[in-house]
Amino acid sequence: MSTLEIRKLNKSFGALTVSRDISISIGEGQCHALIGPNGAGKTTLIHQISGVLRPDSGHILLDGQDITQMSVSRRVQAGLGRTFQITSVLPSFTALENTAIAAQAKSGSSLRFFRDASRETALNEIALSTLQRVGLADRAAIPAADLSHGELRLLELAISLAGKPKFLLLDEPMAGLGRSESVALVALLSELRGSLPMLLVEHDMDAIFQLADTVSLLVDGQVVARGTPDEVRADAAARAAYLGENAA
Amino acid sequence: MDRSLVTAAVLFGLLLAMPFLLPLIGSAYLSGLIIKAMLLAIAAISLDLLIGHGGMISLGHAAFVGVGAYATAIALENGVDDIFLLLLITLAVTGLTALVSGGLALRTSGLYFLMITLAFGQMIYFTLTSLAAYGGDDGLTLWSLATVFGSNVLQSGNGLYYLVLGTLFATWWGVYRISRSRFGRVLRAARDNPERAEVMGYPVVRFRLIAYLIAAMIAGVSGLLLVQHAEFVSPALATWQRSGDLIVVIVLGGLATRNGAILGAFFIVIVEEVLGSFIHEWRLIYGPLLVLMVLFAKGGISHLLTPKGAKGYAS
Repeated sequence: MSTLEIRKLNKSFGALTVSRDISISIGEGQCHALIGPNGAGKTTLIHQISGVLRPDSGHILLDGQDITQMSVSRRVQAGLGRTFQITSVLPSFTALENTAIAAQAKSGSSLRFFRDASRETALNEIALSTLQRVGLADRAAIPAADLSHGELRLLELAISLAGKPKFLLLDEPMAGLGRSESVALVALLSELRGSLPMLLVEHDMDAIFQLADTVSLLVDGQVVARGTPDEVRADAAARAAYLGENAA
Repeated sequence: MDRSLVTAAVLFGLLLAMPFLLPLIGSAYLSGLIIKAMLLAIAAISLDLLIGHGGMISLGHAAFVGVGAYATAIALENGVDDIFLLLLITLAVTGLTALVSGGLALRTSGLYFLMITLAFGQMIYFTLTSLAAYGGDDGLTLWSLATVFGSNVLQSGNGLYYLVLGTLFATWWGVYRISRSRFGRVLRAARDNPERAEVMGYPVVRFRLIAYLIAAMIAGVSGLLLVQHAEFVSPALATWQRSGDLIVVIVLGGLATRNGAILGAFFIVIVEEVLGSFIHEWRLIYGPLLVLMVLFAKGGISHLLTPKGAKGYAS
């Protein structure tokens, strides 16, 4: 069974069609990459999956459950984790608190008004082990506002992981990273890949060839090519539309 | 040890001892002033839960003080005088009012939230002025007050003083616990970055609405107590200027610090009283004084009492 299934998604803004009959199915332990030129409708698709926008027609299923009409927070509760293209963390919280509060959402009710949340060892342990996983454990006590850009990208990932997602939506995780930071992040993501299916939107073709099992090429709101990275690279339409300028 | 707890212990210790100290200087008038400041502090601490922790700047918070006061006054007029029953009525009426106004206002945030709370506050004010049976514009003098198990203990000795002090302490302690709890953490997360909080799995508006209800009910209780102290209610309690005063109190005292709300409230009540006794146009001095305070005591009065490096975000 596929973990995330997108069925015939359509979305228009007036006369402008941004999603045209998009169907994508991502199975257990798979990494699927979404590529395409600017304006192809990648961001609108991400918004529909994460719940910021509702599609005009079509369905989105997570683990067999129809999430098409759910709010953003319900989808996260249902197991959809995501990272943002532009880093989005809680600046006045430390790295540990950022991660602990993400874990809190998946561990019992947050309508508790009395006990000191910062002393909940179970949450702090999850938070610390998640920070360890992304290599930020030694920065746990630093407020997010004081972390470097590279560290914030990692924290962003840690926040998503602490919410114990069934599926991970990665919106340009390499954006703004230096060469060595990118390499480290790709290594980290390929470790996660086997246990956590993901949809990766990325411009970094090296990263896509290393991480993705399958690729969809989106042009003008339509999937014009799909297959393994090599197949898509070989696809003539793909060369013309996108890879031509980047990969030739 | 958290320095703010020490400050709080000193503050509450002083307030507890006051009724024993005041007779030495012989002034019932002063204890009235202290009660007034404590009532202001209760409402201000509740507003600080919204502004300091939730980032929701409401310009209609005093309306809940008014609603609480009127709910109490109207119940008293109709023969209900048991304090526990009055408390239930006050909580129910302010809670319902907040549910409706908060449910609508929280569809917005920032400046729009401020405008909608202002509009709701004024609506409540005008509703109160139109209650002809309960005094309308002029307000209503109350001839009977709350009783505790049928006794008039609140009207004798320091009964009311200690009830107000107890309520102030309960508010202080309650908001302190809430601010550090799971709920408070989500509230702060939503203040920091609502989009992120939502994508962590938290329905932000629901959490904000609960905070709004809690704050409104606390403000309502301060209205209930205010009636016992003033033996009078008037729509003026609910005006937006009163809401503005509450914001001044917490900004002056220091945001997200309950001690700040207490210090700010005392500062304002004392300054009003002292300046008011000198000259009629005391607000001419009061205004510039506030400007100077905000400029030179950044972070508020409570900030001045806290050593550098000991300022936890959650305190």
